[in-house]
Amino acid sequence: MNAAIAKQFRDIVGSRGLITSAEELRTYECDGLTNFRVMPLGVLLPENTAQVQAILKLCHAEKIPFVARGSGTGLSGGALPIENGIVIALTRMNRILEVDIPNARVVVEPGVVNLDVSAAVAPYGYFYAPDPSSQSVCSIGGNVAENSGGAHCLKYGFTTTHVLGLEVVLPDGSLVHLGGKSLDAPGYDLAGVFVGSEGTLGVATKIILRIVKQPECVQTLLAAFPSTNEAGAAVSGIIAAGMLPAAIEMMDNLAIQAAEAAVHANYPNCGALLLVELDGPFAEVESLMRHVDAICREHGASEIRVAQSETERALVWKGRKAAFAAMGRISPNYIVQDGVIPRTALPQVMSEIDRLSKETGVRVANVFHAGDGNLHPLVLYDRRIEGQEEAAEALSYKILEICIAAGGSITGEHGVGEDKKRAMSKMFSEPDLETMQRVRCAFDPLQLSNPDKIFPTPRLCGEKPGKFVQHELESAGIAERF
Amino acid sequence: MDATAPADTARNIAAFEAAVRTIVGPENVRAATNEDHIAGVQPQLVIAPGDEQQLARVLKAANDAALAVIPLGGGTKLAWGNPPLRAHIILSTARLNAIIEHAHSDLTVTVEAGCTLRQLAETLAKQNQRLALDGLWPERATVGGILSANDSGVLRLRFGSLRDLVIGATLALADGTLAKSGGKVVKNVAGYDLPKLATGAFGTLGVITQATFRLHPMPKESRTVSCVAADAREAQRLLLAIQDSKLAHSALQVRFVESMQPQVDVLFEATEAGCAAQAEQLKTILAPATIIDSGAEVWKGRQDVFSGGIRNLAEMGRSNAAPLHDPAGTSISNPSAIARVSVLPTQIAETYEALTESAQANRVHFGVVFLAIGLGTLCIAGAPADLASVLQNLRGKIEALGGSLAITHRPDAMRQLDAWGNAGDAIELMRAVKKQFDPKSTLNPGRFVGGI
Repeated sequence: MNAAIAKQFRDIVGSRGLITSAEELRTYECDGLTNFRVMPLGVLLPENTAQVQAILKLCHAEKIPFVARGSGTGLSGGALPIENGIVIALTRMNRILEVDIPNARVVVEPGVVNLDVSAAVAPYGYFYAPDPSSQSVCSIGGNVAENSGGAHCLKYGFTTTHVLGLEVVLPDGSLVHLGGKSLDAPGYDLAGVFVGSEGTLGVATKIILRIVKQPECVQTLLAAFPSTNEAGAAVSGIIAAGMLPAAIEMMDNLAIQAAEAAVHANYPNCGALLLVELDGPFAEVESLMRHVDAICREHGASEIRVAQSETERALVWKGRKAAFAAMGRISPNYIVQDGVIPRTALPQVMSEIDRLSKETGVRVANVFHAGDGNLHPLVLYDRRIEGQEEAAEALSYKILEICIAAGGSITGEHGVGEDKKRAMSKMFSEPDLETMQRVRCAFDPLQLSNPDKIFPTPRLCGEKPGKFVQHELESAGIAERF
Repeated sequence: MDATAPADTARNIAAFEAAVRTIVGPENVRAATNEDHIAGVQPQLVIAPGDEQQLARVLKAANDAALAVIPLGGGTKLAWGNPPLRAHIILSTARLNAIIEHAHSDLTVTVEAGCTLRQLAETLAKQNQRLALDGLWPERATVGGILSANDSGVLRLRFGSLRDLVIGATLALADGTLAKSGGKVVKNVAGYDLPKLATGAFGTLGVITQATFRLHPMPKESRTVSCVAADAREAQRLLLAIQDSKLAHSALQVRFVESMQPQVDVLFEATEAGCAAQAEQLKTILAPATIIDSGAEVWKGRQDVFSGGIRNLAEMGRSNAAPLHDPAGTSISNPSAIARVSVLPTQIAETYEALTESAQANRVHFGVVFLAIGLGTLCIAGAPADLASVLQNLRGKIEALGGSLAITHRPDAMRQLDAWGNAGDAIELMRAVKKQFDPKSTLNPGRFVGGI
């Protein structure tokens, strides 16, 4: 990084707040999607909103692109740094600023870890509903960027359902407040647009969250089926019966094996496992659980267990939540895919994936949020064997095409980021994408905020060329890069 | 204010009319009458395209001719917002009223903007499903209209607002671009969430031509129970206690009418066993107040406010009195004003007391229905000047609390009073968004916040 710029950044965040050594920068060269790596010019660790504003003002003046980053657990390369740009890591802005139980609101800084919000309100009988599998480490700021979901969003909704307001530093360094503590603030729902914009519209520095009262009772049922077809039919049966469980999760045999090997969740060895969680008033859950049990038996469930204690319930979930990481037990490398299909297309899509897997010899383990049709196929391969990585990537992309053809989406919760830009053009037409980017041009006409993500072709915003090329200091030979 | 001189406008309209006749067919273009005025502003033409491509072409033609367009659904909420700065063309979605796909096994529906809520509800009910939203005037209000106005009712407490229910939308922009965003699946984070941007945008960014919603199953059983609270503070205490309980109620509201004791209503939707058990638990929470099984009609409180009935509101649930006003009527003939207010749940009593004080000082009648989540619909009746001072006074107090007050209906004499109030420090950003979507301010000019 150019010394003059580095000095100005250091003046803002102090020497503890600026990382420029190649060794330390390596920590930030990728997020949870490790096959993309880019070294940034530097990493800044601001401690408050004023510092974020000062950083963005400087970036704006010097036309330095930036990428905001939370805990770096994202799975689409959303926090992948940009060459010639800086990373703003918000991990030091991790205070819970306000807990307002009577109004069921919590105000946090972006670096607060998801599970810490629930921990802060648990003594009052509340929880923060969005529960991505990485919730013990991922940050609320990252959740906002990606509109994170989780197993329980079938009933409770996504991050966007639970974000009521935001304090945002715009890419020119100005500060705006979107939404608020009370509902329906006058004007456009810009908070609704900002959530899920993957860091391309600015940097959130405060987030107003809605919390939810813990239900009176939670019951989790585990049912073993001969195959995903029967399990899928049971899911349809449950939905058709007019129930809205808190979660419905499915794992296929390969995923079960991996989870068993990793965390010994005591899962039955079967073709497909269904995990159905109901919550609510005791009398209600009791009566509905009997119905779920009957539906599962009707569809050929060979073994049904209802977790009898909180410990048993936690163990059941542990296996599911560890499923991605558990793949390491059965395959040296794997790609986590994140497609969505209308739930009714499940049998057809599953047989299609199965066919492709057999054709290519690439193994695919399947973990789904079955209630809402969000598939997480895990494409397994061994990097050491020549050609396997390419075959796995090709199959993984093919799965997205199958999802689009079934009327679904290329991403249910991981985001587009760097990874799925190409697939955006398959899902949306050029006018669709161009229209989305009008929003971008309103927020960030210079396109400095996480440029080159989401959209396959950046749109020009009129004033300036949209795509960042090279920093002028660099082209002039003044600046140096690591 | 007009972008072009009157002579130019007249010439533009004539040329435009000839062009759109060929797009939509002459039978779908008519001259506007006095009845078609938009908050006192007289448009020239009413055009009803037959599909979204036609609609986009008409919009583009109007944009090219610098003619202002007022999108129209059922017309039930046309009085909301500020009067338009210009209004040349009414663009009706009446013919775009198809239910495109009810994917009942996937709990989604894709529907054209001009479909009425009632028509939609009837189709969904065949599969025992619903769009969990009790909008105003369902027999006439359209999908596009409720989205644009961000209408929502008492079910919002449990199912969220429209922004939580809409999962996809197609927008026709002023330049004729047809853009879809979101999708047909409930879980989807690909691209920006434009359905949310269009929700509540009052048609100022584009015309919604179709939308996809997530659906919910019809409840197995439902039960409404009510109780009378001593005063506003006590009513608020009960609301907060119920909200803080483990009950899974679908709706919770309090009805205040002038000096009468407020009435709290709770809706349970569950299995029979679930309803019964929860009603029992509620008794404990509300004790020593006595609870009564009241009918589903108490949930029409908000509609009754909009139908002009403060007295309606008072009598409902307390006697079998017939409605005093035509419940379907949308015009408020007596000088009264209606506003939507939003405060925090803990500020409901304070807001009500501020309203009472101001209303009494200004000699106006008043009533308000508050949902437990802090959204209220208030109606005041009296002389226009007095209504204006009450609303301004109350808006000042509510904004100081961090909330908002949006005026939806008011007498003609009060049209200059801003409908929206303070949009905060994001107003410039909102203007920038508007400029990107509708640079010539063709759509609903001047009707939205900050003159947008």
